Amino acid sequence: MEQALPDPERRLQPAPLEPLGHPDAGLESAVGEEAEGARDEGPGDGTMMENNFWLKKIEISVSEAEKRTGRNAMNMQETYTAYLIETRSVEHIDGQSVLTDSLWRRYSEFELLRNYLLVYYPHIVVPPLPEKRAEFVWHKLSADNMDPDFVERRRIGLENFLLRVASHPILCRDKIFYLFLTQEGNWKETVNETGFQLKADSRLKALNATFRVKNPDKRFTELKHYSDELQSVISHLLRVRARVADRLYGVYKVHGNYGRVFSEWSAIEKEMGDGLQSAGHHMDVYASSIDDILEDEEHYADQLKEYLFYAEALRAVCRKHELMQYDLEMAAQDLASKKQQCEELATGTVRTFSLKGMTTKLFGQETPEQREARIKVLEEQINEGEQQLKSKNQEGREFVKNAWADIERFKEQKNHDLKEALISYAVMQISMCKKGIQVWTNAKECFSKM
Amino acid sequence: MEGECRAPQARSSGLPAGGGGGESPGGDAPLPGSSGSSALLQAEVLDLDEDEDDLEVFSKDASLMDMNSFSPVMPTSPLSMINQVKFEDEPDLKDLFITVDEPESHVTTIETFITYRIITKTSRGEFDSSEFEVRRRYQDFLWLKERLEEAHPTLIIPPLPEKFIVKGMVERFNDDFIETRRKALHKFLNRIADHPTLTFNEDFKVFLTAQAWELSSHKKQGPGLLSRMGQAVRAVALSMRGVKSRPEEFMEMNNFIEIFSQKINLIDKISQRIYKEEREYFDEMKEYGPIHILWSASEEDLADTLKGVASCIDRCCKATEKRMSGLSEALLPVVHEYVLYSEMLMGVMKRRDQIQAELDSKVEALTSKKADTDLLTEEIGKLEDKVECANNALKADWERWKQNMQNDIKSAFTDMAEENIHSYEQCLATWESFLTSQTDLHLEEASEDKS
Repeated sequence: MEQALPDPERRLQPAPLEPLGHPDAGLESAVGEEAEGARDEGPGDGTMMENNFWLKKIEISVSEAEKRTGRNAMNMQETYTAYLIETRSVEHIDGQSVLTDSLWRRYSEFELLRNYLLVYYPHIVVPPLPEKRAEFVWHKLSADNMDPDFVERRRIGLENFLLRVASHPILCRDKIFYLFLTQEGNWKETVNETGFQLKADSRLKALNATFRVKNPDKRFTELKHYSDELQSVISHLLRVRARVADRLYGVYKVHGNYGRVFSEWSAIEKEMGDGLQSAGHHMDVYASSIDDILEDEEHYADQLKEYLFYAEALRAVCRKHELMQYDLEMAAQDLASKKQQCEELATGTVRTFSLKGMTTKLFGQETPEQREARIKVLEEQINEGEQQLKSKNQEGREFVKNAWADIERFKEQKNHDLKEALISYAVMQISMCKKGIQVWTNAKECFSKM
Repeated sequence: MEGECRAPQARSSGLPAGGGGGESPGGDAPLPGSSGSSALLQAEVLDLDEDEDDLEVFSKDASLMDMNSFSPVMPTSPLSMINQVKFEDEPDLKDLFITVDEPESHVTTIETFITYRIITKTSRGEFDSSEFEVRRRYQDFLWLKERLEEAHPTLIIPPLPEKFIVKGMVERFNDDFIETRRKALHKFLNRIADHPTLTFNEDFKVFLTAQAWELSSHKKQGPGLLSRMGQAVRAVALSMRGVKSRPEEFMEMNNFIEIFSQKINLIDKISQRIYKEEREYFDEMKEYGPIHILWSASEEDLADTLKGVASCIDRCCKATEKRMSGLSEALLPVVHEYVLYSEMLMGVMKRRDQIQAELDSKVEALTSKKADTDLLTEEIGKLEDKVECANNALKADWERWKQNMQNDIKSAFTDMAEENIHSYEQCLATWESFLTSQTDLHLEEASEDKS
């Protein structure tokens, strides 16, 4: 079973801490500058790599999958699959690779890693994981997570995920990611200690922001629409492809019956017998050829699925922007109302409703000293607010700039990968046609000799 | 029962102005010793005719004449050896051309039925004219077949399409059904025309030429319903006996027929199933291409590639459609006809067995001395002739039928293979040109980047 997806070009290329000569294939020259500028990106609490780990080329592979049984959190027995991750470093000089790390991880740990990355790199289009459950199945494929074909395709998908993260100029330098590859025990605790779950934005908050934001950057709104369309069209395509595959399977397999019947028939025929028998053999070949053809197509489907899931990652970035923008708008609104309150207190005119104003009306005017005190408090708050607003603005701008840079990177990657996938589909079709021509030419020869 | 002996007489009907099908002036004695030598002759004739079959296979789309010239293999008697030379130019010698077309619906107060137009062109002397046009309905075809079976119980009469098709038929008269039936009826009549004996059958001639009222009155002349029923009852009673004393060669034949029937039925089912799967595949494919077009609307850089893929898929879709129609026009009808033939053959075996059984019962009666021995001996003599006639007729026709079957099956499957090859070649060309266009673009882009 060849490791189809990760071709040699997708091996980890180092994100240079400073531009180290030629940027390698797969990263454009722009990335070098970006990596430099992004050096200070990400969580400032020491989770960024500073050592020379990435100056060497490394190879990552998910080389094996194993069924395991263990006890889960509730002390109940469960069966799960564990995946072996091997990391090799390639010495520049002689190109030999040395196994540096090797450990076992299960799917839930991958999920944990990704959720962590989503929280700490909200401006990055974080690569998606392969699907949790088998979807878009056609009848032959099992929807069972323990099915060997599914496990195999998941192994490839997980490897692909790691390679994507490793070749991302910013994500590759994350310490938690490094530990994921190198520290088997205790990694979960380490991740949880970062407290990332607490830092995550609540879904409700995000949803609220999406509805209420007034002035999001137009590009993000467009991107959201694009990602919706992408998701919808790829799901549709995958569904129909699965149905087409199912039907094609039927066509090929029924021909196999000819083989059996021809063979039985040939027993009573004198002149026709040999021709029938050998034609029948070719019918069997034809019928069994569909298995490999459709297995190849599954890999194509997996390539499309990756981008289906990428659509969600795109939306996550858009959501973050909306959240930040909404936050900004609320802060600005809050500041404006405080300023107005201050003004009213100072000039004595009451335009805005305030609890203080109400109680004043009910219980009597406050003293000038009390009023002074209140104004002072408000002025402090306004100052604070203005500073906060300034920094929020700056954060927002930074976010937009960085996110957009990554989105451009993503777009290039997407165009390249999808084009390659479509071309590989054409290559598959060509191979299928050639096989068909060969089988039927052989069969025709047998028929004409009958 | 003079019909039984038409077979050996018919061998001499290789002569053009031959003694017609029904009126056999001579005695009932078969040509003794002819069966052995004619078998040899048959073999030689087969070799000569094989080449012509190949020619006919490849001229399927040609004119009316070619469509009517089916396998010309015929058993010959020593007399018709003279004509062997002429048989080599078979297509020119064919003197009876029949087409079945123009189905028309007729509505009366009692029923609705379809008639088919039958055009006959002939140069035979016994026909009053050289061209005839009549209309016949399925019932008429059924009548003709029954008459032929009665007249030649051990000849392999071509099968008729079924009366009804059981599965999934909402309306008896939908267009596909009518067209399939029309083609099968066309084949039926042409097979009769090509048969060395049946082609001269009187009822056949009447069928082709008589006007509606003439046909009705002619029909009434046949053996009545009661006598036919009587025959059927006797037949059932006797058929079991016939099986026990069946000569070796007919045991073999029967064995072949049984297995052949099984296999051809399976092949029929398989072929129908393939058609059904192809159809469903085609239906899904139709939806597949357009999705790529839809996608291309939201992509800039990928739009061309997506559109290219869409157009390839659509073309492959069309190729599948063509393959399907090839299947339904060529392979399915042929296989199905042989399914019906296999049923026909079993009937022929039964009838042969019945004739044998008649003889056997008389012989038994003689040995047990139950009735008048002189009368019995005379009857037995006649029956022995009858049995020999019947057996020879069947043997000869059997060889002819087998040869036809081989050729038909061979060409049907060869054509199917050819269709598939062609279809795949088309798809291959489509995808390859797409691939070239993509890689050319890629090279263009790459060189642009470098410059």
